[in-house]
Amino acid sequence: MKKVFEKPKMLTDVPFHYCPGCSHGIVHRMVASAIDKLNAEKVIGVAPVGCAVFAYDYFNCDMQEAAHGRAPAVATGIKRTNPDAIVFAYQGDGDLASIGMAEIVHAAARSENMTVIFINNAIYGMTGGQMAPTTMLGQKATTCQQGRSVELNGYPIHVSEMLAQLQGPCYIERVSTHDVKHVKQAEKAIDKAFRNQAEGKGFSLVEVLSSCPTNWGKSPLDAMKWVEEEMCKIYPLGVFKDTTKEEK
Amino acid sequence: MAKVTMNKALCKSCGLCVTACPKQIIRISTTDMNNKGYFVAEVVDMEKCIGCAFCATMCPDCVIEVEK
Amino acid sequence: MEEKVLMKGNEAIAEAAIRGGCRAFFGYPITPQNEIPEYMSVRMPEVGGVFIQSESEVAAINMVYGAGGTGVRAMTSSSSPGISLKQEGISYICGAEIPCVIVNMVRSGPGLGGIQPAQCDYFQAVKGGGHGDYKMLVYGPNSVQECMDLMYNAFDKAFEYRIPVMILGDGMLGQIMEPVVLPPMKDMSKDIRPDWATDGTRYGKEHRVINSLYIQPDELEAVNHKLFAKYALMAEKETMCEEYLCEDAEIILTAYGTVARIVKSAVDMLRSQGHKVGLIRPITLFPFPTENYARLAEMPQVKEFMSIELSMGQMIEDVKLSVNGKKPVYFYGRCGGNVMTAEDIVERVLKEEK
Repeated sequence: MKKVFEKPKMLTDVPFHYCPGCSHGIVHRMVASAIDKLNAEKVIGVAPVGCAVFAYDYFNCDMQEAAHGRAPAVATGIKRTNPDAIVFAYQGDGDLASIGMAEIVHAAARSENMTVIFINNAIYGMTGGQMAPTTMLGQKATTCQQGRSVELNGYPIHVSEMLAQLQGPCYIERVSTHDVKHVKQAEKAIDKAFRNQAEGKGFSLVEVLSSCPTNWGKSPLDAMKWVEEEMCKIYPLGVFKDTTKEEK
Repeated sequence: MAKVTMNKALCKSCGLCVTACPKQIIRISTTDMNNKGYFVAEVVDMEKCIGCAFCATMCPDCVIEVEK
Repeated sequence: MEEKVLMKGNEAIAEAAIRGGCRAFFGYPITPQNEIPEYMSVRMPEVGGVFIQSESEVAAINMVYGAGGTGVRAMTSSSSPGISLKQEGISYICGAEIPCVIVNMVRSGPGLGGIQPAQCDYFQAVKGGGHGDYKMLVYGPNSVQECMDLMYNAFDKAFEYRIPVMILGDGMLGQIMEPVVLPPMKDMSKDIRPDWATDGTRYGKEHRVINSLYIQPDELEAVNHKLFAKYALMAEKETMCEEYLCEDAEIILTAYGTVARIVKSAVDMLRSQGHKVGLIRPITLFPFPTENYARLAEMPQVKEFMSIELSMGQMIEDVKLSVNGKKPVYFYGRCGGNVMTAEDIVERVLKEEK
């Protein structure tokens, strides 16, 4: 018998601190396995502020912990001075789409040759379930307890669609983690986002719809169902930009 | 013939592997609890395992290894 | 004889940085320091370095964090409002012990203030500036040559102590042109990344982390003690100060940066009128040359001190702490971008004499 599935080498032995059923662990595993496949000599990751703040303990490569929202700027500084390294930023929705909006937009516009993994779970997890820039209309959070309303809170931000309007990025796709089929698709997207960088193609971002059972007040299974039934409706899956195809 | 190995210490009892399994041979134990206090996932009928690794694909905690 | 070239303070800082091994510059436009990024945008590619005009000061300092964290000599420059924006990043840089250089060509404040010279960012520079307990090595040069000399070795100090070094100038210093001697190019070809740097290499070492997050109180307390042990060592080894005609002085004037040059002229004028006046000029603003002040305060002939600043009185607090009540400490300052003349200072000193 041979192993058909094992923990990627790019993950350390430190157990994840994430809540039961949280998608972060699935995405960490996919990112690590994508990097394993590249067999790169040098890898540097950038961790965000948010639930994935301890990502620097989990990835078995050099890591930098960035200030809230600043991961794309930190990654820019790293990549430009270390162009031979694979550089990635791992960010949540509050980090990337709220406080770090300027940094992500400009890193994308500059077409920084890096990979960004964007976790969209429509809520602030680490701080206890506050409204995120991606919280959907009607969705309850601790700072919009009657549900997000347009009058008070405006509309959620569709990051992939927005960034795809820029000339800079080479690849932007939104994927989901709610079942095996979609996790497999997400794997492919994340692999591609890293391969693009290895091939010098420029800025790639994969938005991953993820569950937050704890702050949504749902069981892990119900949370995945909610990703499928509610989130995928508002945040349609698919490739929003791919200039690597045009080059062929 | 395939084999699933669970690193029980890491399991958080989320049950995503249970629903992912096409053969429905994984369940959450009602007796086996790990040091974290979670009842762990277990394979009830390894003979039926086809080694698809769907369970491992969904596992958020890298609990599962699959051999085939 | 050494060849001299005429340079602006801002240009001298940029060229000295390159010659001192700087290979990455990240900045955002703001008056009165624009010559630095402009110069760097041309010069950095010539030496195989990186130049980025970032989307904001916030991004610039975080690019410095990223590059510096990999062991590369990286810097940024800005002026007061821009430095305020960088404070978040500076705090993280201090917490994560990332060596780098930050230039602040101070303009008048508060708020958008004005673009004329000022020294109103003294507190921000020497007391920390952002959140948390931390310090930087802060230089206050008073000439274009001193800008060059301090900047040239700033990266060596930054890497020696794993701290950010701040060059605290002002609009005047950035804009004036003076003849300077250029130092030779430091050989960076054999530059080896330090053993803490997240250079990305995966084999032959444990994975490294650049971080300022310590959830366990004991760990974080230990980090704070480690930082302050460095600052104590810096105080011992890096403190720089100039004393001018202080041996027999009865009145000790004190100032830093460009103001110290005006004060020096005032000292000469007062001396020519028979007044025994001297000048003490801190070159490192942190660590502050406390012992020099304390020694002068103990001298029997010294009657008083006067801190002369382009602010409402900031350095005077450190002067008072150093003099420790032994002698009175007076203040004379202009602000809002106004600069005093030597005559103004003479008049103010004589007024105190009654």
